[in-house]
Amino acid sequence: MQVDNVVCAFCGCVCDDISVTIEDGRITQAKNACVLGKAWFLSHGQPSDRPAAMIDGQPASLDDAVDTAARLLAQARYPLIYGLSSTSCEAQRQAVALAEALGGCIDCCTSVCHGPSGMALQGIGEPTCTLGEVKNRADLIIYWGSNPGESHPRHMARYAVTPKGMFIPRGRKDRTVVLIDVRPTPSARAADLFLQVKPGKDFELLWSLRALVKGQAIEEAGLVGTGLTLAQLTDLAERMKRCKFGVLFVGQGLTQSRGKHLNTSAAFMLVRDLNSVTKFALVPMRGHGNVTGIDNVLGWQTGYPFGVNFSRGYPRFNPGEFTVVDVLSRNEADAALIVASDPVASLPRKAVRRLTEVPTIALDTHESETTRIAQVVFITATAGISAEGTIYRMDNVPLHLSNVLPSPHPSDEQVLGRILARVKELKPC
Amino acid sequence: MPEGKLVLITGRSTKQGTGISNGKYLAEYQEATTVLGLSQADMARHGLRDGDTVRLISRYGEATVKCRSEDLPDGMAFMAFGSTINQLVGDETYASGMPDTKGLEIELEKTPA
Repeated sequence: MQVDNVVCAFCGCVCDDISVTIEDGRITQAKNACVLGKAWFLSHGQPSDRPAAMIDGQPASLDDAVDTAARLLAQARYPLIYGLSSTSCEAQRQAVALAEALGGCIDCCTSVCHGPSGMALQGIGEPTCTLGEVKNRADLIIYWGSNPGESHPRHMARYAVTPKGMFIPRGRKDRTVVLIDVRPTPSARAADLFLQVKPGKDFELLWSLRALVKGQAIEEAGLVGTGLTLAQLTDLAERMKRCKFGVLFVGQGLTQSRGKHLNTSAAFMLVRDLNSVTKFALVPMRGHGNVTGIDNVLGWQTGYPFGVNFSRGYPRFNPGEFTVVDVLSRNEADAALIVASDPVASLPRKAVRRLTEVPTIALDTHESETTRIAQVVFITATAGISAEGTIYRMDNVPLHLSNVLPSPHPSDEQVLGRILARVKELKPC
Repeated sequence: MPEGKLVLITGRSTKQGTGISNGKYLAEYQEATTVLGLSQADMARHGLRDGDTVRLISRYGEATVKCRSEDLPDGMAFMAFGSTINQLVGDETYASGMPDTKGLEIELEKTPA
């Protein structure tokens, strides 16, 4: 059986043109998917022999696991819910409701990925556009601190570099591509211009570009140690001012390096400044499939995109206080619910140590480093393959996740809904 | 950059990405997230050949990994995201929520095979 126009939920590109072939109860082909998407469809589209729930490493009934998880969370003084970047918006809504019912913290992968972009959005505003507008209008593409060839393999071919658009009739020939990074990645080979910058100097370069775009003179001496010359930066500024529709794609090279939200704030300000001379937009290169979704769900439900706390009965936001690395490393969280994420593999070791010391509950589609240390584990149906729902692409466009391969396991939404109901019985408001 | 130190950059790689789906305990993901890339000059400076084992030390921790020559600037090392690299990353976020995942200063020692 072939199912067309299936949405891939692996990375922030959220390609919606995948043709999936299903034979004997497993996915055997994923046409149009990139190498990452193919691996995702084929590995998640297999029958699972794992039990739906485990307590202390032993198979358990769903009822018992839900009850145990709810008790562990309800009796905690400072429970933390984390992850949520690879599940549906419907599941994310349950998680937010659960965090509120518990009076706990809820954070998502954003805080260790594009949290700094979110902070810049709050402080500056985000002059942005959809990927459709990029495809149809953009004649200058700049990737800064991003390696799309390995992180988002179809980004260039589907949206930003090669496709022909309404106002870009010749596709690649009508576009100039600039890649700015600290090392020559495979993506640099696809660029017309590769600018190699020194680590930790992005802020200085972005701020200097702001000056050049505004017609202010800067001295070569100010660029010493950045990796670029005044001539290179001036050329870049002129290209940005001369284009008809420019787009700056911002990657983790800016968010995770020295400066963090100051880097992204400088980038957002630069793009805002450019709109006084031309049309320019910025799109953060969101990594996980539905990390944009959890930002949106948390945003519309609490007013904040990540790092939210309900301890006082109302949502509060404070990066550094309610964000996962800080809450775990300071030993504040005394229970954790991890959903569709693997923080044991992705967080600094001091934060990981806390997860091994407190009761931890994990919901995931596969075994992971986090499920291996969790007291209660739920193996759930993969959103986008075996569970329906909503997903947000990196440009905030919502798309529908299909259920193309029924699974015996419940979805994240169903498990979280049951835990929430049990918590409300244990902790009536 | 002080003599003998390297700047460590972490990030995604194709095999790390496919390994996430195929299984983090399989060789593909393990190899992708436990091999350090260095420039040819840095490999020569430390007397290293592809596949040699090295000990990495940061102010937060240490890790033992294999190394290989890659197209990198001198003084820079690269390794894909994973629990190995996180042995070296600290928990200080400077009130941003974001730890210093890129641009970490590390030392490198060759270890016996």
